[in-house]
Amino acid sequence: MNRVKSWVTYLQVAPLALVFLLFLIVPILTIVVVSFFDYNTTQIIPAFLLQNYEELLLSPVTWRTYKQTIQFALITWALTLLIGFTVAYFVAFHVRSSTMQTVLFLLCTIPFWTSNVIRMISWIPFLGRHGLANTTLMNLGLIDQPLEFLLYSDFSVVLAYVHLYTLFMVVPIFNSMMRIDRSLLEAARDAGATGWQTLVNVILPLCKPGIAIGSIFVVTIVMGDFVTVRMMSGGLSASVGLMMANAMSLLQYPAAAANAVVLLLLVLGIVAAMMRMVDIRKEL
Amino acid sequence: MQHGKRGPAFWLLGALFCLFVLFLYGPTLTILILSFQGPSGGLTFPMNGVSLHWFRNLFEKQMVGDFAGSLQRSLILGVAVMLVTVVASFSAGLAFRSRFRGSAVLFYLAIASLIVPSILISLGIGLLYRVLGWDPAWYSSAFGAHLTWTLPFGLLIMFAVFNRFDRRYEEAARDLGATSWQTIRHVVVPILLPSLIGVGLFGFTLSYDEFARSLYTAGTFNTLPLEIYGMTTNVTTPVLYALGTVTTGVSVLVIALSLLSVTWLRRRRTRHGSDAGKAA
Repeated sequence: MNRVKSWVTYLQVAPLALVFLLFLIVPILTIVVVSFFDYNTTQIIPAFLLQNYEELLLSPVTWRTYKQTIQFALITWALTLLIGFTVAYFVAFHVRSSTMQTVLFLLCTIPFWTSNVIRMISWIPFLGRHGLANTTLMNLGLIDQPLEFLLYSDFSVVLAYVHLYTLFMVVPIFNSMMRIDRSLLEAARDAGATGWQTLVNVILPLCKPGIAIGSIFVVTIVMGDFVTVRMMSGGLSASVGLMMANAMSLLQYPAAAANAVVLLLLVLGIVAAMMRMVDIRKEL
Repeated sequence: MQHGKRGPAFWLLGALFCLFVLFLYGPTLTILILSFQGPSGGLTFPMNGVSLHWFRNLFEKQMVGDFAGSLQRSLILGVAVMLVTVVASFSAGLAFRSRFRGSAVLFYLAIASLIVPSILISLGIGLLYRVLGWDPAWYSSAFGAHLTWTLPFGLLIMFAVFNRFDRRYEEAARDLGATSWQTIRHVVVPILLPSLIGVGLFGFTLSYDEFARSLYTAGTFNTLPLEIYGMTTNVTTPVLYALGTVTTGVSVLVIALSLLSVTWLRRRRTRHGSDAGKAA
């Protein structure tokens, strides 16, 4: 009986395990192997060279790009956390009917299921030279000529990140908040805490796991992003992902692979640090 | 906080929430409006008349590449990814209710699959196919790449669902003589149906909109997000917005259908006085 049961169990997880083996583990190993390969303008040549890493790590461009990417990640993290927490706090603690909570929560999550590329394109009529923002400001007499930095700049990149990824903060933080026992809040109030004190000393610490999960999502996505930077900066800003994509388009696969390994290690390091704050399995 | 009059904090936070929703939806609504630009209209306001010109333009093949083909590929791929995601996540969710050898490893693989940047998965699969001398294609390599993104979501949702699932329903079924297959087919699946629809929604929409994971895995024929991305660099007419409106329309339709069917299932349960759905 037990033998049969364990056989069934393995059959049940087989599709999942197979996908992760073939499309996660093997490809990552391929990246690691190829990162040591040699290459010329037309092909990659199996070898064991450290040259790709040397060239990568000795180039000031690499360090600048990593610094810029980390900067994007930090700014986006701070903004999405602030906005995400505020939004979740309002829905979880200030909206009284649970139907209304569900509706507002869904309202915040629906964009997650629509296309990111389209959502980026949709900023063009707002931010372009002749977009809504510039025409409005000019009509109000606040500026004489269109602001050039609105579209195709670091500003628009961060704006798009916040627009696309704040939901990744809202959902886990809201989830944490909904699990907080409401009698704790009552106890805090009875003990004389103001609303602000309750927020800082009771709610915030209990939301830590949600904040950690949201942060992991936002930081890893921004660290690996290239399409947002490419589209929203018009090629003016750099990111590690974009650097890799450029190497790929020049057929410098081993160089891209070496960069990918470095990025992967960095991201895993950041995530490991954040995971110490939370046991994900407990959060489900 | 729960009783009495609304304080100023409520109104302030409420105003911020409305701003946030405006920020989320405003841009998309704008391109929705602008996609009905007249034939001489541009990428920004004002509207030069109202027409369906740009939608017609969209379906003329020579104008904008292969929109119809890429839409078709993305829809097929989305449905395939959805089906596999629902079945694989559900069956893995069943297995994960008890510990088995390797369960921790598999769990961490799922988490890793979520946090490894998409472009690395894309790059890795692209390189793998290159090293093996295979041609990447949307129905093979991109299919696998999408699953590495949708399956962890499906699995985590199934974990949450099974944590709240009352196993006494299964015991009752077994006591009445049901086989394990019958228990799953007639008890577990019907109770969990709303959640399975949710997993399906994730599977379809995440695949349908996936860009980074398709980039080096789609091969010769583009999926829709790749096609749209290609257009942004060389199309400067509102046809871009028409494309956005159609794409978003498909997503919204799928989301609405899922939400409606979940609501309908819930309602039906309450009406029939069954407590079956309470656990899920």
